[in-house]
Amino acid sequence: MANADKAPSGFGGAFLVHTVLMSDVARSTTNHPTPLSVAHPPRETNPLSRTGAQVMCEALIREGVSVMFGIPGGCIMPFYHAMWDYRVKLRHVLCRHEQGAGHAAEGYARATGQVGVCIGTSGPGATNLVTPIADAWMDGTPLVAITGQVPSALLGTDAFQETDITGITVPITKHNFLVTHADELPRVFREAFHIARTGRPGPVLIDITKDAQLARTVPDWNVAMDLPGYRPTSEKSAAPIDALRRAAFMLQHAARPLILAGNGVIQANATRELIALAEHAGIPVVTTLHGLGAMPHDHPLAIGMPGMHGWVHVNRAIQACDVLLNVGSRFDDRVTGKASTFAPHAKIIHIDIDAAEIGKLVHTELGIVSDCKSALHAIFAALPVEVPSTRHAWRAEIETMRNAHMPRQGYTRRDRTAPLMPHDVFDALNRAFRDRQDWRVVTDVGQHQMWAAQLLDWSRPRTHITSGGAGTMGFSLPAAMGAAIADPERTIWVVVGDGGFQMTACELATIAQEGLTNLKVAIVNNGYLGMVRQWQQLFEGQRYSGTPLTGPDFAKLAEAHGLRGVRVEHADEADAAVAAAWAHDGCVVIDFRVEREANVFPMVPAGRAIGEMMLSELPAPESVSTTSPKV
Amino acid sequence: MAQHTLIALLQDRPGVLHRTVTLLRRRGFNIASLAVGRSEVPGISRMTLVVDASDATQVVSQLDRLVEVIGVTDVTNEAAVQRETALAKIVASPSRLAQLVDIVAEHGARVLHVGDDEMIVEITDTPERVELFIAFIRPEGLAELMRTGRLAMMRGRTPTRLEAPAHYREQADGAPHEEAAA
Repeated sequence: MANADKAPSGFGGAFLVHTVLMSDVARSTTNHPTPLSVAHPPRETNPLSRTGAQVMCEALIREGVSVMFGIPGGCIMPFYHAMWDYRVKLRHVLCRHEQGAGHAAEGYARATGQVGVCIGTSGPGATNLVTPIADAWMDGTPLVAITGQVPSALLGTDAFQETDITGITVPITKHNFLVTHADELPRVFREAFHIARTGRPGPVLIDITKDAQLARTVPDWNVAMDLPGYRPTSEKSAAPIDALRRAAFMLQHAARPLILAGNGVIQANATRELIALAEHAGIPVVTTLHGLGAMPHDHPLAIGMPGMHGWVHVNRAIQACDVLLNVGSRFDDRVTGKASTFAPHAKIIHIDIDAAEIGKLVHTELGIVSDCKSALHAIFAALPVEVPSTRHAWRAEIETMRNAHMPRQGYTRRDRTAPLMPHDVFDALNRAFRDRQDWRVVTDVGQHQMWAAQLLDWSRPRTHITSGGAGTMGFSLPAAMGAAIADPERTIWVVVGDGGFQMTACELATIAQEGLTNLKVAIVNNGYLGMVRQWQQLFEGQRYSGTPLTGPDFAKLAEAHGLRGVRVEHADEADAAVAAAWAHDGCVVIDFRVEREANVFPMVPAGRAIGEMMLSELPAPESVSTTSPKV
Repeated sequence: MAQHTLIALLQDRPGVLHRTVTLLRRRGFNIASLAVGRSEVPGISRMTLVVDASDATQVVSQLDRLVEVIGVTDVTNEAAVQRETALAKIVASPSRLAQLVDIVAEHGARVLHVGDDEMIVEITDTPERVELFIAFIRPEGLAELMRTGRLAMMRGRTPTRLEAPAHYREQADGAPHEEAAA
């Protein structure tokens, strides 16, 4: 009788009544004279007939989606109406802002490797998704964004809540679709998820007019994808064996080889292959911000993070190496500094799943378009059994540099009089993380993000989630929500500054409503937009323009949401606060009131060579030689 | 800066030109000329694109990333036929117009219309010779100029990467498209 009869699984009576009522409403309005009526269309006798909105739900289930993050509104209402029938298989998490919904979907995707799904209505609902879509685009995060659109008859008329979201998102999506007919939905959803998850993953937007959601169709689930121009590189697409052999040859004959491992290694689940190759050939491994966790921090060949806030010995190793194997990293300017001065003595081998990345920024001796896993495996197989003995000298040289610089690299307490330094927070977290496997950390953007990258002990892939390429403040709290829902067995720690926290703090209400107990928040609160303040201090004569920042009492804010909130002001309280938060069966917000003007070091000023590192607040950059140091 | 001529095969979908142009703008490549139209296969468009770039590798690989771009090739250094068409309105005295009718014909241009004090001519030739022709008629009273973009076609058999996908061709063979039949 009612729509529920056609739903794929059984439901209770109370909810059937609801559906019948809604159907009655629909019938009563179908005769409305205006063609723009948004009524639910009459039921058909064909049991396979579905509304477009029902097709959307079934398509999502077929793609393996079980959680979606979103906010309803006028033009996406038919989808929400249908969603209720599928709620057993398709969980909807109501967020407080579409930006939060988008980041939550990203966090879900980054924790699981699956496609994250977010939903917004037309107009502002859709434009609020633009930031997370851009974030997913920059970091290669598989995401499908579903937006409602005004009825097709109103397209292009500046209708209420109409925005050209497909036009807006062209430069920040792998692809997008505007669907005006329900018949297209099975093919479009299949194509969208295929594009989002294959090759270099990324965001895809599907904009669906309200009439397409309401129209009835008999979905053809066997419809073929029509993507003749989309040929993603996969684990199965074999890279040229000659190139792989040449890479092995170059590594074998290098005196000072280095591996630079990025997000592609994590995305391809290739950490075992990375470690195997590094160990077999005795090559030290540098991990980028998004590569953290690809190699255990205490592995003898793991030397740390490069770039603007990388370690001195890492940047010096890059500037001194003779062969650099970049696997799954895209030579971001935060890694390379001034690109023309990057790794001046190195022949560069670049493995990337995206052909357009090869040679984009840095002159590449050998480009290999491949999935990281298969390429690393093939290079490993092509290497001879014995490791050249000169590697030991090279590794000893890096070790000497590390020992010489490590005490000066910010890990020591800079100000012994300050009651709580940011470093105390990270020390406390490290002590709590040690010997535990059941955690992930989601960081935001700014000083705390760099401290976390530098100071926490990253040992496993997908335990470090952050906004890298786009640098989106406000990413962490909602992204952690997605990660917490994806994996209830793990505790998700948000590490965030007071600036970023206040950008999406409204999602505390979502956390409370969803009852997420495995989410803990550590706010590194210094009352500044700290990274900008650091630049102002170092390069702009301490003119703190627009950076001092007040905020509410974050502990009370948490309490106001029914969550637990605590404030920590002294170093000796940090361990207990972290332990208590972990033990508490609920979300806890810890407001760490840290020294206000601590800085992140080392630091390479923007646009400089990565060898030119500042190690302290000294006015002139303390230049570290960019030439190859003699052994 | 050097110019590169690219041929691309596209799915004929709403917005595909927008995606192409947006990508070139955003990556900082200046479009010198762009011509696009339906190909011999329904549902597939073919495009000739001229960009100002010292190295077109990035243009090619970035365009290739677009889902609706089936294939793209830099034909600058290939044996490709290149043509451009221009319409020009020349304003001159009736006596000079009478002389120009013969002179432009010698340059390979066609006279499409002659009025009392103006005429419209068409030239279709290599981009270089179209330039030369325009330079020639400019002092004669060039009042209006309208150019197509450059059209290019590779000699010999079409490379695989610029071939329409099989299922589109089969569709074309099985059920002739309205335009094709007309």
